[in-house]
Amino acid sequence: MSSLSYRQTFALVLKRDLTIAFRHKDEMLNPLLFFIIVVTLFPLGIGPQANTLAKIAPGIIWVSALLATLLSLDRLFKADHNDGSLEQMLISPQPLFIFTLAKITAHWLLTGLPLILVAPILAALLYLPEQSYSALFLTLLLGTPVLSFIGAIGAALTVGVKKGGVLLSLIVLPLYIPVLIFATSAIDTASLNLPYNGQLAIIAALFFGSLTLAPFAVGAALKVSTN
Amino acid sequence: MWKWLHPYANPEVSYHFAGKLKPWLGWASALLLTVGLIWALLFAPADYQQGESFRIFYIHVPSAILSMSIYLAMAIAALSSLVWQVRLADASAAALAPIGAVFTAIALLTGAAWGKPMWGTWWVWDARLTSELILLFLYLGVIALHNAFDDKQMAGKAAGILALVGVINLPIIKYSVEWWNTLHQGATVSKLGAPAMASEMYWPFVLCFLGFGLLVGAVACVRFQTEIITRNKMRPWVRNLVTSEVN
Amino acid sequence: MSNSSPLVQAEHLTCVREDRILFDQLSFAINAGDIVQVEGPNGAGKTSLLRLLAGLSQPYEGSISYIGKPIVQYAERYHQDLLYLGHMPGVKAELSAQENLAFNLAMAGGDSSLAEDTLAKVNLLGFEDVTASHLSAGQHRRIALARLWQSNAKVWILDEPFTAIDKQGVTALEKLFVEHAQNGGCVILTTHQDLALPENMVKKITLAYRLF
Repeated sequence: MSSLSYRQTFALVLKRDLTIAFRHKDEMLNPLLFFIIVVTLFPLGIGPQANTLAKIAPGIIWVSALLATLLSLDRLFKADHNDGSLEQMLISPQPLFIFTLAKITAHWLLTGLPLILVAPILAALLYLPEQSYSALFLTLLLGTPVLSFIGAIGAALTVGVKKGGVLLSLIVLPLYIPVLIFATSAIDTASLNLPYNGQLAIIAALFFGSLTLAPFAVGAALKVSTN
Repeated sequence: MWKWLHPYANPEVSYHFAGKLKPWLGWASALLLTVGLIWALLFAPADYQQGESFRIFYIHVPSAILSMSIYLAMAIAALSSLVWQVRLADASAAALAPIGAVFTAIALLTGAAWGKPMWGTWWVWDARLTSELILLFLYLGVIALHNAFDDKQMAGKAAGILALVGVINLPIIKYSVEWWNTLHQGATVSKLGAPAMASEMYWPFVLCFLGFGLLVGAVACVRFQTEIITRNKMRPWVRNLVTSEVN
Repeated sequence: MSNSSPLVQAEHLTCVREDRILFDQLSFAINAGDIVQVEGPNGAGKTSLLRLLAGLSQPYEGSISYIGKPIVQYAERYHQDLLYLGHMPGVKAELSAQENLAFNLAMAGGDSSLAEDTLAKVNLLGFEDVTASHLSAGQHRRIALARLWQSNAKVWILDEPFTAIDKQGVTALEKLFVEHAQNGGCVILTTHQDLALPENMVKKITLAYRLF
């Protein structure tokens, strides 16, 4: 029996997850629409003054991104759990972290990437200063994968729990705080035309840290919660 | 490697061990707290700057220190349960979580009560208070996850993984909050610490701290016993225990 | 690999589910060539036993070994020789029958181009490109079971494989089980139907429902 390489396994699972998502286009767009709607609620609640909005724009965009990511996390392992394909992954001879890495990558491509693409439009609605756009883009590029990685741990822990959606938010949101702090501060710093390499470096460190640790934590969590 | 732990990995032995330990810890804690709190609240000198309101320090600081240490203890228990498969370690982690949450809440409430005379408001986004608040969220997440499972074995393991993820994140959160705080507020409102505490303040503090620490131990024993009983209620020794207590 | 040790051996298995002991100190050995039927009333722990044997959950006490080696330490080796089909067939509703099977075959290290031919063996010819959401429960199970025809795994663990399968399909499966056993494999399954196989070919493990 020929054994699959890690790369082939990764590609197979990624391709399958993306195919499934693209056959549900409407569902795929929901987190993105949620993101856009939440962001537009803030000017309505706070008032249209340009300088107030510009000041809180980084926070609004990032908090909305956290919430939009959370909304899509519940589905990450639930469908696989319900139809039995999760069991098949757990007893596959391929290491579990390849599967989890592939699934998390698919999740980011489907939710994180669209957020990055629409963020500039929303930033314009909130009068974000021009010099902050690159910081917004870079923090989202490095930060949203961290959200997917950490969120996947929560999704794996709650996969066996009925109605785990609110519980998932409760356990994942506090873990998102560092990303939120450093990302918004990078954008703030950029608006003052100051260098924000420090914040970016920390977010990059969080990215690599979660990239190496999260797939294993997710694997352990899946084994426990489907026991 | 963990051979010496073996007798305690037996639920029945650990149950009785915790039962024996409980009164010792309880009485020692009661004694220390009585002496310490009376000394601290009535006899220790008032702070020259903060006056009488400083006395809440004797409750606030021990609770704050314990809230962090209990999280650490919980994570160590979770690690030994998940990695070295030490039986009952997850039960002790589950026993510790609500105690830690309560001490975190005490630290927050006493912090607010201290803040009112000091800063003129109940709440200040001070770095230490903010990370204490996030710590409370982490505790509540662990407890909520533990309660979400019907099967106690699974609940203990899942909550253990979350506690470990939390303990890795805790220093990052603490660092980020401190950093956020200095960025947004400067050092204008920082809590007046106690540089080189006078000895007549130091000793009552030590007594209070040890007293609260032992109290955690005593309550943990009670909760640990409950966890063991609920995990083993179908075992004959538990049923014997119940029948012997009833008769 | 010594011939003396059985394929799958369970020693002193104890399984606890939500404070109820499902079975206590269960020991048995399954040799190459065995077809083992696990029986018992609902809630007796049949599925739990199969999940333990597949390595999907850990026993409260006891151990399971594959050719003399504990499956916990040698999980990767064991899972290469294992084919497990659970309660849920593991079929993705959004994918077609052919895509589902091709993915499963590729994951098992097999040739995914055989998917179409294999579907013919489970009477799904003509349904290859229909998405699984339009297929019936029985057809879902057939998609999952189709893997058996291309499997090199020694140990087959099947949870209710005959659910929603018609008579003709059951006969074909039983024939396949016998072939597999004769080729040195073993089949462990649960079913509420009686197997139409000679008595001497089928071993039985009976679980009783326990209140405590």
